[in-house]
Amino acid sequence: MDFYFGLAQLIGVHTLLGLSAYIVLLTGQVTLAQAGFFAVGAYTAGMLTVLAGWHLVPALGVSAMSGAAVACAVGFPALRVKGLMLVIATLAFGEGVRLFFFNFDYQIAKGGIKVGPLGGEGFRQIRFFPENGWETWDVMLFIWVFVVAAMALLWWFDRSRYGTVLRAVGEDELAAQSVGINLTAVKVSAMTVGGAIAGVGGGLYAHYTTHIEHASFSILLATFAIAYPIVGGLRSVFGTLLAVIFVQGFLVEGLRFLGDWRNLLFGALIVLAMNLRPSGILGRRRHA
Amino acid sequence: MLELRSLSRHFGGVRAVDGLDLVVEQGQIFGLIGPNGSGKSTTVNVITGLFAPTAGTILFRGRDIGALPTHRRLREGIARTFQNIRLFGQLSVWQNLWVAQNSAADQARQGFFARWLGGQSGAREEIARLLEFSGLAHKENELAANLAFGEQRRLELARALAARPQLLLLDEPAAGMNSEEIGQLRGRILKLRGSGVTILLVEHVMELVMGVTDRIAVLNFGQKIAEGTPAEIQADPAVRKAYLGGGAA
Repeated sequence: MDFYFGLAQLIGVHTLLGLSAYIVLLTGQVTLAQAGFFAVGAYTAGMLTVLAGWHLVPALGVSAMSGAAVACAVGFPALRVKGLMLVIATLAFGEGVRLFFFNFDYQIAKGGIKVGPLGGEGFRQIRFFPENGWETWDVMLFIWVFVVAAMALLWWFDRSRYGTVLRAVGEDELAAQSVGINLTAVKVSAMTVGGAIAGVGGGLYAHYTTHIEHASFSILLATFAIAYPIVGGLRSVFGTLLAVIFVQGFLVEGLRFLGDWRNLLFGALIVLAMNLRPSGILGRRRHA
Repeated sequence: MLELRSLSRHFGGVRAVDGLDLVVEQGQIFGLIGPNGSGKSTTVNVITGLFAPTAGTILFRGRDIGALPTHRRLREGIARTFQNIRLFGQLSVWQNLWVAQNSAADQARQGFFARWLGGQSGAREEIARLLEFSGLAHKENELAANLAFGEQRRLELARALAARPQLLLLDEPAAGMNSEEIGQLRGRILKLRGSGVTILLVEHVMELVMGVTDRIAVLNFGQKIAEGTPAEIQADPAVRKAYLGGGAA
């Protein structure tokens, strides 16, 4: 049973990652920066619980804020460019974050052993859950509280004027600015909210794996982040959730018996899914 | 209300608009006509800030707005429609109007949270009025992309009005319309003037321009070649030459 709880934890964390890309994608921007915000959140929360001895909940709050702050700072220059240029700019940012943590040493002695991030070795022993006696089941529930909260937040946005404006910008930027929408403010705000969600996801990820390193936050993770809302469709947040379950639950775990052939089939199945449902699993059928 | 002083917009060597002087008085319906490629749409794009002017000044209610970004000009009271319709196709008719409520008055009316994160209730009345005016009340939940051509034109006009403009720029609003639809459009334009909106009408369809405008300026190759009342313009030999010589009817 623990296997399924573990899978549910992974799905929860990846759903947060996918949702962080979902809100940015609503404005029509394809971003590969989400893994960077996720990494910032992971290291921030890990350092606060391990080095500063904080409880995880306030640490996740700071993770959200640092993810949001970095996203806002990146958003202003990055969102001035569009399309492929934005993809390249955000990819460069994500790699920059990864390389920062590859070189980042900040260890202090605790109880005779040195703890904290150690460059390429990574950041080991983020042991908040085992130290406090949390079982896999507890951790899973804890993670899903945040997933549900993030989904509720974005679901509410989708029903508000703010969410509708995000979609309007995604449809036609020229028309949007002509009806008085401040494109920069709207896009940066979406990036900031996405950064906060990714930050929380990263903080949770750091604690359930207990060991993070730069390689976990590579371009592959950034690709997954943007793939979820694209595969799931932009009609609602549930599309992203379904896409994570489809990719992580079915493709990654369900096809494990295929061994090394899995990756081949994995790619082919995503292509097939996109062909069968071009607007995503929950996508709205487009009318001519 | 609107004053352009020797306004120019060049694209490389092409002088799309070249030294244009224009004064639109409050409450006027001002027609801007000219053959294809004479610079009419470019003028609209410069006034709304989509293109920066190469030279010249744009005064709106006595204030130089040449440096304001597009969304700020909307807030100052300038709204527009597009020659090739640009609706938010995957939003409903109602939502198209909702997202366009960005006038200074709307910003002052509601607090930040009510305005951005509140529900639809605060906007219902105003949008119902706009839908009524445009004859789209029965389509409010339809996706804009699914509307018929004439309905899309009406929705675009309503979307511009959702910004409570003082100056409305209509870029070829009658393009592709039949005679009956043009008659309805004329009725709407006159009704708007009655409610105090100043209108700059860029149009090819003479049936509409000559019927509703108070004053007309004629562009050719980016320059103004004539200005006057509809009767004066129809009698002007330079205008006849530009239209007939330019190959456009």
